[in-house]
Amino acid sequence: MTGQPLLEIKDLRVNYKVYGGLLEVIAGVNFVVYPGERVGLVGETGCGKTSTMKAILRILPMPPAQIAGGEIYFKGQDILKMSHNQLYKVRGNGISMIFQDPTAALNPVFTVGQQMEAVLKNALFDGKKLGKRQIKSDALQALKEVSLADPERLLKSYPVQLSGGMRQRVCIAMALSTQPEMLIADEPGTSLDVTIQDQVLRLLHNLVLEKNTSVILITHTLGVVRETTDRVYVMYAGNMVESAPTKQLFDRPSHPYTQGLMEAVPRLTGGGVAEGIPGRIPDYLSPPTGCRFHPRCPHVMDICRQQKPPAYQIDDGHQVACFLYDSKEGSRK
Amino acid sequence: MAEQAKTLDATAINLETWKKLERRSRRENLGRSWYKFTRNPLSVVGLVTVGLIVFLAVFAPYVTPYPEHAGPFTDFANAKQPPSLEYFFGTDTIGRDVFTRTIFGFRFSLTMGLIVLTLVVPPGVLLGLLAGYFHGTWIDTVVMRVTDIFLAVPPLILALAIAAMLKPNLLNSMMAVSLMWWPWYTRLVYGLATQLRNEYFVKSAETMGASKSHILFKEILPNCVSPIFTKMSLDMGWVILIGSSLSFVGLGVQPPKPGLGTMVAQGARHLPDLWWISVFPALGIVVIVLGFNLLGDGLRDLFAAEEV
Amino acid sequence: MNPILTYKALKKYFTIGHKDLMKKEPITVKAVDGVSFEVLEGEAFGLVGESGSGKSTVAYATIGMYRPTGGSIEFRGENLYSQDGDRPQHIKKEIQIVFQDPGSSLNPRQNIKQILELPLRIHQPRANRLEKIAELLEMVELPLGYMHKYPRALSGGEKQIVAIARALATDPSFIILDEPTSALDVSIQGKIINLLIRLQREFNLSYLFITHDLSLMRNVASRVAIMYLGKICEVAEAGEFFQHPKHPYTQMLLSSIPVVSEEEERLKPEKVVSRGEIPSPVNIPSGCSFHLRCPYKMDVCVNVDPEMIDLGDGHTVRCHLYPDD
Repeated sequence: MTGQPLLEIKDLRVNYKVYGGLLEVIAGVNFVVYPGERVGLVGETGCGKTSTMKAILRILPMPPAQIAGGEIYFKGQDILKMSHNQLYKVRGNGISMIFQDPTAALNPVFTVGQQMEAVLKNALFDGKKLGKRQIKSDALQALKEVSLADPERLLKSYPVQLSGGMRQRVCIAMALSTQPEMLIADEPGTSLDVTIQDQVLRLLHNLVLEKNTSVILITHTLGVVRETTDRVYVMYAGNMVESAPTKQLFDRPSHPYTQGLMEAVPRLTGGGVAEGIPGRIPDYLSPPTGCRFHPRCPHVMDICRQQKPPAYQIDDGHQVACFLYDSKEGSRK
Repeated sequence: MAEQAKTLDATAINLETWKKLERRSRRENLGRSWYKFTRNPLSVVGLVTVGLIVFLAVFAPYVTPYPEHAGPFTDFANAKQPPSLEYFFGTDTIGRDVFTRTIFGFRFSLTMGLIVLTLVVPPGVLLGLLAGYFHGTWIDTVVMRVTDIFLAVPPLILALAIAAMLKPNLLNSMMAVSLMWWPWYTRLVYGLATQLRNEYFVKSAETMGASKSHILFKEILPNCVSPIFTKMSLDMGWVILIGSSLSFVGLGVQPPKPGLGTMVAQGARHLPDLWWISVFPALGIVVIVLGFNLLGDGLRDLFAAEEV
Repeated sequence: MNPILTYKALKKYFTIGHKDLMKKEPITVKAVDGVSFEVLEGEAFGLVGESGSGKSTVAYATIGMYRPTGGSIEFRGENLYSQDGDRPQHIKKEIQIVFQDPGSSLNPRQNIKQILELPLRIHQPRANRLEKIAELLEMVELPLGYMHKYPRALSGGEKQIVAIARALATDPSFIILDEPTSALDVSIQGKIINLLIRLQREFNLSYLFITHDLSLMRNVASRVAIMYLGKICEVAEAGEFFQHPKHPYTQMLLSSIPVVSEEEERLKPEKVVSRGEIPSPVNIPSGCSFHLRCPYKMDVCVNVDPEMIDLGDGHTVRCHLYPDD
């Protein structure tokens, strides 16, 4: 990808203060998104992917959470250092987010129309706010674009009257109605049925192409990533362990964790289910020294226990944080 | 035989290690709860206040300068004295030390709370469990309609009416208060039990063949304990307030006993000149109620955090 | 092989209110509307479907949470609900279930020892319980020290393993697995699935395996049935089901699965794009309930509900595309 990155996270560190000390949840994360790209962020429960996304919009629960270091640049400006007013403009207009559970993301006591208006009311288009009629027509337009039937009636409906798939599409419509430059989608299909998930992801794909919006797709399902992203980051225990163009990642998974994940996915072709990766995710109170994956790694070496591996470039756009790819330490796999 | 012995040995060893590990994990859980509780300094203030009051009430004869003033005692020579180093809160119209009597008054206050909660919590909770678990059946309807009836009567008026019918003393007035207090526990537990009975762990026990009593007391009740304790702490404050109000109007603790409400009533006609006779017992009531409220808030926050 | 569980035209309807204030016209949800199939001794039978399909209702009716509205469920020939009221005690011992969400299927106020003790107390009152619990933990490869731990100290995978140990405690013959790994990460899934497969072989168990993850199903079940809005659309032996799906809904579902390799991509049937919403079970379409979304819809599909047809080799379909010859 060329040009200026739309979003750039540099060495982000986030801790949570709890009983017993400090949870080092995000331990130096680097992440880049270019305009018009679809980037996947893959990781399992507890790896820190949702925390990273919440950090971008600064919606982390701030008493237990603390930003311990790093920068998040959106169009060249550090979000972490922005004033409340500047941040306000970024949220919604610059970056929008859709959450995993559409039922929880919609307020049950307000109609769809009222919630969409609430979003559009405060949005700025070319620095100006919208008038009432414009808001209504924009809301209708947004609902039409997500292929929801009868948008007029939908505006007057309550979320409880809609199915799961429809609710998720309403959330997408709301997120896109402010015409953001970037959309963060946190597991958008997980609570939906497979056929509806397929529909929703297709829709997202088309909308993104039309409007040149960048998308960060967070998921733990590798299959979804393969079909809907251009580039992928793999995250483990607060670090990015591998990043590559999607096809590259699936053809040549290089980090032992990525390889473990790929093996663990049951195949449609049969052949039994692989045992998975032994061990548990680390205790963030006292994480493993050096590479956080080393206690579970089948190719662990001495240096892995002592130092944290930097990101090695092994191909165009393909980086791996693993000593196996250090020309001095390891050997190519 | 030898194999049986081996398994028994293994179990014996496990039993000991298991007990040790259990103790350790219990200690850890307590530590974690303490940490969460102390996040809010007000909760600690509540806890310390309540602890202090309990201590003072229990050891009243040993921590007060004039313990005999709590009983029948007169000393007209030193009557109507304002607060001084000798009499911290001054003396009342017949020469009794207000400070000592206030501390002894704590005893009555705590007793009020204990009587009511002991009478109210077990039946209230039990009815709530039954009505909630058997939601939709006649048990639910009967229990909740009876509850509604009791809740419809204004509490203080009911207490006054009953206390006035019986001989006015602490026990009778607290029984009157109990009569209109139990429905709140039933309502609380009813709401919880109605939700909990749909949880998968309850369904699991049911489909496993567990008895109804097991489900009510071993599956559902343990999950209600936290809100119940929180409510009990907050209720202590309320009950003491109502009990003191009853004492103030002549039902409840009878003079010459040093109930806080009674003392406020006795000193009321001497305001504003002999202000200390009413004001200090009143402050005593405030401190107790505030203490239990802060403690209750702290408990509620603690239990809410644990659910996350 | 003999059938261990037989479903005969099982029906389960729920009344969820009334259309009018006079309460004359009840609104009925036909969650399960005439389901018939058999699970054979020692096999893992897969049940697939999306929300509203009724697959969980089938499971819950088997485990005693719902009483059937019509039809019957038989365990080795014995009707589960022959008397009024509950299923008989020995059935409760023989049929167990592992629920989807390990977080809510274990009582947060009980430690593992207490959780595993309950089934033993009910069905084996005389046994040395501590010993049996230790045995169970060993069987599922959990450290014995977990006995005093509370569910919140365990990971999702470990909680689910405890749920499996609990299901094994009564020495059952038949276990229903309702989406046992859906709430877990893929790296733990393998461990749990392989544990289940091993236990099946060791104790000659029969499974009813419910999941929406078709790739997982492919590796677990020996026969698969797919449900849509309360009825079965197709039943086949696993290989046939995935390689030669006959029902349009099966094809639609299979073509929507996200897969991770080219190989699997080629195996998927031609893309059938899902159109429209999944109808709610309150408003089941007339005729064949799938006709609103079916790319091969014919006139007869709108009016007539197809019957189940046997295509041979245990492959049955319920669709007008396959006339009864």
